[in-house]
Amino acid sequence: MKQNIAVQIDDLTVAYNYKPVLWDIDLEIPEGVLMAIVGPNGAGKSTLIKSVLGILKPIAGSVSIYGKSYEQQRTLVAYVPQKGSVDWDFPTTALDVVMMGTYGSLGWIKRPRQQEKKAALEALEKVGMLPFKNRQISQLSGGQQQRIFLARALVQDAAIYFMDEPFQGVDATTEIAIINILKELRKAGKTVIVVHHDLQTVPEYFDWVTFLNVKKIATGPVKDIFNDDNLTKTYGINYKVSIQE
Amino acid sequence: MFSDYTLRTITLGTAILGAVTGMLGSFAVLRKQSLLGDAISHAALPGIAIAFLLTGAKDSNTLLFGALISGLIGTFWIRGIITKTHLKSDTALGLILSLFFGFGMLLLTFIQKQPNANQAGLDKYLFGQAATLVESDVWMMAIVTGICLCVLLLFWKEFKILLFDKDYAKTLGFNTKTIDILITSFIVLAIVLGLQTVGVVLMSAMLLAPAAAARQWTNSLAKMVFLAALFGAFSGVFGTAISASKNNIPTGPVIVIIAAVFVFVSFVFSPSRGLLFKQIRFIKNRRDLQLHKTLAFMYGIAETHANISHPHEIKILNNFQGFTKSSLNKLVEKNYVTLEGSTWSLTQEGFDSAANLYNQNTKQNE
Repeated sequence: MKQNIAVQIDDLTVAYNYKPVLWDIDLEIPEGVLMAIVGPNGAGKSTLIKSVLGILKPIAGSVSIYGKSYEQQRTLVAYVPQKGSVDWDFPTTALDVVMMGTYGSLGWIKRPRQQEKKAALEALEKVGMLPFKNRQISQLSGGQQQRIFLARALVQDAAIYFMDEPFQGVDATTEIAIINILKELRKAGKTVIVVHHDLQTVPEYFDWVTFLNVKKIATGPVKDIFNDDNLTKTYGINYKVSIQE
Repeated sequence: MFSDYTLRTITLGTAILGAVTGMLGSFAVLRKQSLLGDAISHAALPGIAIAFLLTGAKDSNTLLFGALISGLIGTFWIRGIITKTHLKSDTALGLILSLFFGFGMLLLTFIQKQPNANQAGLDKYLFGQAATLVESDVWMMAIVTGICLCVLLLFWKEFKILLFDKDYAKTLGFNTKTIDILITSFIVLAIVLGLQTVGVVLMSAMLLAPAAAARQWTNSLAKMVFLAALFGAFSGVFGTAISASKNNIPTGPVIVIIAAVFVFVSFVFSPSRGLLFKQIRFIKNRRDLQLHKTLAFMYGIAETHANISHPHEIKILNNFQGFTKSSLNKLVEKNYVTLEGSTWSLTQEGFDSAANLYNQNTKQNE
């Protein structure tokens, strides 16, 4: 069992209007896991990530990253938003988007320099997008755009990575490329938290899983808790998934 | 008519105005807040009227200060409506736009009914009157543009990331609200500066047209902002020149029309995004495809013979729906086909090319 707790969430409750999207979530994410957050649409998966990252203000509860607030630990955390959350016709290049990953460590006003550019190029190389560095981002395929987002997070060189549906709308080649990078991150001792939709691939890709549907249903090692019982509790229908391993 | 000095002042003023609105308009367009400019400029009208009612003064700085205040109030109401209610942004913009403009018109009518000889001329803010620009106005514009340029250069990185991915910027520790307010305030300021010249009703075109035109020519944010400033400045200069050369042509509308010409030309003639080249590429692709299909059809016939260059009647080709005389001639030009009397035959080159057609195509497309 791993000791260090990378992310600790206590009593987290979030609401957009009247009905809570997340209700009283308690969650401990151990360091070094590759964790999937699964749950039906509207279960609050993205909301959970956004609340941890301070994008959304919770009604109640607290979040700590290695024992301190997100504001204090910001440089330890990287984020891959949903691909559809931005306008890909924005006038900029692939390299430029990846460079944005360095803006956080640069802080206000300071411009990225040679060193930041080098880091961005390395990240592009890692996701296999170096040949496309000067490509206008609208001319990239969906999978390539997703890789650019991943590269931008890699540039942040964080300890904890939050990713919102990185496999959405990508082809098989990109999916394999992405999961390999995620596994590499875990090997390097990083903690990776992924909002995931494809239940079939959970046992193959992840070692840790959290079932979420407004409330936390279960969290733990995939081999222990990824079973029909929890799936049924989360999705509300009789769910049968054959677990291969 | 204008004296040289007056004309120079006005030209300089409209050029600076065009540059600063073009620059800031790029941000409005990229944030999909094109209508914001329209709402802000309309929201400025009651401010002008109230400033006049309170001070009785008609100097432009006092009135524009009033415009600035009410423009800002309108803007923050719009933001408030969008964040606090379920209304979509276009609804919020339309609501504030018409509410403030209606109120402004009411006040203007009220002012005009007053027995004060001083009241005349406030309605020039509706459509603007460049002729009233004096040197101090131009100085004001130059100073604001200068400040705006400095802020833009200083916070370029922050502006860019806010425009592209606001949530992500937030996770990196940037106070997105501050950047947001900074951009919006400058947009309001630029609009207010233009009210005297272009007027409440047309001001948003100054913001949007140069930016929309610039977007067509480049895929870099920096170049887009620069081009938009350039287009805006040129619109100002040309507009002023045209309106000065003919009596009684109002400057504001002419500037806006020139800006619209920039938009039109950009939409049609931009090499990468323009309609013309898109259409040309489309037609060329279709022709190439048709040619390839014709060649493939011929190949299918020639294949059945031991001698690939065995002559066949041209008539047979009519069985192929996409066949035209001109495509046959093109194939002859390319040395793929030879004609003799009423017959055609494939050359070795044509045969090889047809056999590898699919492979070639994939190579060409990559």
